[in-house]
Amino acid sequence: MLKSNKSVNTLATSDSVLLRTENLGRSVNGKILVEGATFEVHSAEVLAIVGPSGSGKTSLLRLLNRLDEPTSGTVYLEGVDYRQIEPRTLRREIGLVTQRPFLFPGTVAENLRYGPAQRGDTFSEDAISQLLSNVGLGDYSSRNVANLSGGEAQRVSVARTLANSPRLLLLDEPTSALDEASKIEIEALLRNIVSNLRLTCVLVTHDKAQAARLASRVMVLENGHIIRIGSMEEVLHA
Amino acid sequence: MLKHLFHDPLHLVFAQAVVAALAAVLVVLLARKRRIHLESEVLIAMLRGLLQIVAVGSILVLLLKSSRWNSAWLLMVMIVAAGATSARRARGIPGAFTVSTWAIAAGAGSVIAVMTWLGVIDSAITSLVPVGSMLIANAMNTNGLALNRIRADVLAHAGEIETALALGAEPGRSVSPYVQAAFESSLIPAIDSVRSLGIVWIPGLMAGMLLSGARPLYAAIYQFVVLAMILASSGLTSLISTLFIRARLFTSADQLIVQPGR
Repeated sequence: MLKSNKSVNTLATSDSVLLRTENLGRSVNGKILVEGATFEVHSAEVLAIVGPSGSGKTSLLRLLNRLDEPTSGTVYLEGVDYRQIEPRTLRREIGLVTQRPFLFPGTVAENLRYGPAQRGDTFSEDAISQLLSNVGLGDYSSRNVANLSGGEAQRVSVARTLANSPRLLLLDEPTSALDEASKIEIEALLRNIVSNLRLTCVLVTHDKAQAARLASRVMVLENGHIIRIGSMEEVLHA
Repeated sequence: MLKHLFHDPLHLVFAQAVVAALAAVLVVLLARKRRIHLESEVLIAMLRGLLQIVAVGSILVLLLKSSRWNSAWLLMVMIVAAGATSARRARGIPGAFTVSTWAIAAGAGSVIAVMTWLGVIDSAITSLVPVGSMLIANAMNTNGLALNRIRADVLAHAGEIETALALGAEPGRSVSPYVQAAFESSLIPAIDSVRSLGIVWIPGLMAGMLLSGARPLYAAIYQFVVLAMILASSGLTSLISTLFIRARLFTSADQLIVQPGR
């Protein structure tokens, strides 16, 4: 496990903009999922997106790594319009951890090798051990994923995404499918990883308390529109 | 029993059709009791099938006296109709009709052409059209099964597929387990037909040949020939169809098109 006593909340927000959206929107069959979303994600910050069910949180997240196509606006990754970046390259740069872990059949190590293998890279045993150690699964390399608990599977999912060395990590309600004990473990894990690796994250959560524990800034979505964005104090106590 | 009631062969065959259809209707009613509603689908399919086969029978009467090339035109029309029918199993996948039609044309069409050229299928209209239609119909069924399976698997495993995409996988790789499973499962009926030939069933073609006075051994071997051709044309159709439908599941930006709830 990574050791850090530093809370993510205390991380200084860098001024460099890693990702910027401009009038980003998506509608399907006339139904607006997200509209006019303009915001920035700074390097090494954790931006939480909160809002009620159906407010467009996950829809917005899926637009950020282009799993869905915007029907308006675009996203800039370090100033480059992401439509100019090959989708497979973009998705390695912007990693995604989903609500359910969706592990591939096989061993934990095989899952970790999946991402690097897509660009023809081999992922060494040492790198696997280091990554598994980071997520608190030091000796799990040869375990079959079918035998993992929900919390363990989510840890493998996080490690698998990190194996691609993404510049931005998208977390889509990573603890909502877990029991309370696993939820606390995964949250602590994310706090440590984000802090120690100084990762830039966009976290979708319906849990405002979790947003307050993990994020440095928060964005509130309602009916696909950003209604507030700012520091935790500004937004959550507004 | 019907033979005693109807002496005119035409009346007899219509009576046989009604009795057979009633058996199917009975099954529909039994299914309805279990709250499985197949009424409209089965009734429309039976009516449509009856009208189509009567129309084809009438056309064959006319074709018997025309040029052999007309059978090629008729088979082409059948291929397009087969493409349209099986493409319905791929609802929501853009271009399924085009893929299906070309796959059936390449799969069944090439087997029909090669086998006719080699003399395995007699080029006379009375032989080429019925045997060709059997190959096309089975290719259609196989293609429909493959597309139906791919669609169902993609819907059921959209999370896994998008996880692979999110890790930077090529779209083709992200769906390859489901495409392979669809190809394999689509061929089960054709393989089982050959495997159980003569033990579980005596196919219609052989029965027809026996009724029309052909030697049993000749009828039996020719039936095997037809089933082997069906297996070849169905397998080729499914192989081509699953290969090309894979690309249609994604946009040019590698986004999964077929998703639950869309």
